[in-house]
Amino acid sequence: MTQLPESSNRKMGLVIDLDTCVGCHACVISCKGWNTENYGAPLSDQDAYGANPSGTFLNRVHSYEVQPKDGPAQLIHFPKSCLHCEDAPCVTVCPTGASYKRVEDGIVLVNESDCIGCGLCAWSCPYGAREMDMTEGVMKKCTLCVDRIYNENLPEVDRVPSCVRTCPAGARHFGDLGDPDSDVSKLVAEREGMDLMPEMGTKPVNKYLPPRPKDQIEDQIDILAPLLAPVADEPKGFLGWLDKTLEKL
Amino acid sequence: MHPAPSVILFTTLSGLGFGLLFFLGLGMPDVTGWVAFVFYLIAYGLSVGGLLASTFHLGHPERAWKAFTQWRSSWLSREGWCAVIALLVMGLYAIGAVFFGQRWGGLGVLGAAFSLATVFTTSMIYTQLKTIPRWNMNLTPAMFLSFSLAGGALLAGQITLAIPLLSIAAAVQVLFWRKGDIALKQSGTDLGTATGLGARGTVRAFEPPHTGTNYLLREFVYVVGRKHAEKLRLIAFSLAFGLPLLLIVPPVESTAVKHVLALLAVLSHLAGVATSRWLFFAQAEHVVGLYYGKR
Repeated sequence: MTQLPESSNRKMGLVIDLDTCVGCHACVISCKGWNTENYGAPLSDQDAYGANPSGTFLNRVHSYEVQPKDGPAQLIHFPKSCLHCEDAPCVTVCPTGASYKRVEDGIVLVNESDCIGCGLCAWSCPYGAREMDMTEGVMKKCTLCVDRIYNENLPEVDRVPSCVRTCPAGARHFGDLGDPDSDVSKLVAEREGMDLMPEMGTKPVNKYLPPRPKDQIEDQIDILAPLLAPVADEPKGFLGWLDKTLEKL
Repeated sequence: MHPAPSVILFTTLSGLGFGLLFFLGLGMPDVTGWVAFVFYLIAYGLSVGGLLASTFHLGHPERAWKAFTQWRSSWLSREGWCAVIALLVMGLYAIGAVFFGQRWGGLGVLGAAFSLATVFTTSMIYTQLKTIPRWNMNLTPAMFLSFSLAGGALLAGQITLAIPLLSIAAAVQVLFWRKGDIALKQSGTDLGTATGLGARGTVRAFEPPHTGTNYLLREFVYVVGRKHAEKLRLIAFSLAFGLPLLLIVPPVESTAVKHVLALLAVLSHLAGVATSRWLFFAQAEHVVGLYYGKR
């Protein structure tokens, strides 16, 4: 059913720490690895070894440069996957009921046997979280590894989304953002976690932790600097002659 | 947005077809027998042909029937219902007109209402998308409806109605372009809000997630057509409204000449609307492009 639930009991989601992410793309690879051989259709590639490779991914890492008014520019790695929005437009636009949000944990999923591949849900998503699989003709998206997080065949430590389990920097956190006492909720409160494109009214469950302020270089850190003689800026001898001659030309 | 030929064909043809069905349902022109048969053949050819074209871009057209289930939330589903009801009701009405020489007025008005509702629901599929500011405004349904009515009146031979309707559609088109061009800027969405980093400084896309292209870039970041957009707008406007008006406004004595001029006006209008629809998609900027430093 593509009507959104009134409210979901729990709001399972990710908290992504932009301060910690090193941009290694390990989450991208582990996501593709897990999800191509588990829940739903495989994540296909087209022309994988040719001149124009392209393929379906549920998680991608961008990198942005932020140039403050004063101070040095900062490079910020930016992983992006489905934000499992509370007011998910991708769910309500679906004509077949294939796209749905679960009442019990708020995870947004696609029932691939009902998906007609019209692409409208991807059109309605501001975050680019949904990608049409070119081989299967159905819409693929992050499942929050729904086949891992409740899977009792896995050791408990592995019952988190694949991207979270893999991240070597500990930049990804998984938990119930509907419970104010959960670790992830406390983290969001402490670090002032933010929504992406809040003006779209999607109310994302996933939060992003902004980068912490960087140390500032003090005015003078090299105590020897004042003692160094300035380099002559007027060339002499042959170079001086060359400079003058070239100047005249 | 990627201007998929199937969707351009669909919105152009079915818009015109349902426009014609609207006027036929209201008894304009009041035709029966063979003449009615030809009118309904054209109307159904356009509307059904357009609907079929729209299924070409589906990943799984064999499951298209499932699209009738979610009318409570989905405009695409509502469009499916309106189209089927309009075609069934107008089909019964057409049987009366063609085979029994009867005009079952109530049925015709109902069919006309659903024909217009189909065009409206089509327009709402685009209008509802906040992710595409150029479409997310009241002018989008106004444009689809005014185009459909103008084309329908032209095709139904209602010249006295077609002249004001074409003029209204032309005005809506100009407004849509003018407001559309500043829609993304006015929406307030930029790379700063997309990343949440805007308050810290100027955000620039430094490195994309991959060296190649992907579904998102192919579907949402279509920039090829924007180079000639201004010229294409002029062509679309002249063909859709300018030329048809020039062809139908001057009074003509001979019926044969009148019919030829009307046919030329319809063909010109059709080509113009198709060009305008192409621009509707090709010029639309999806906010996901911002994440890639594009628009």
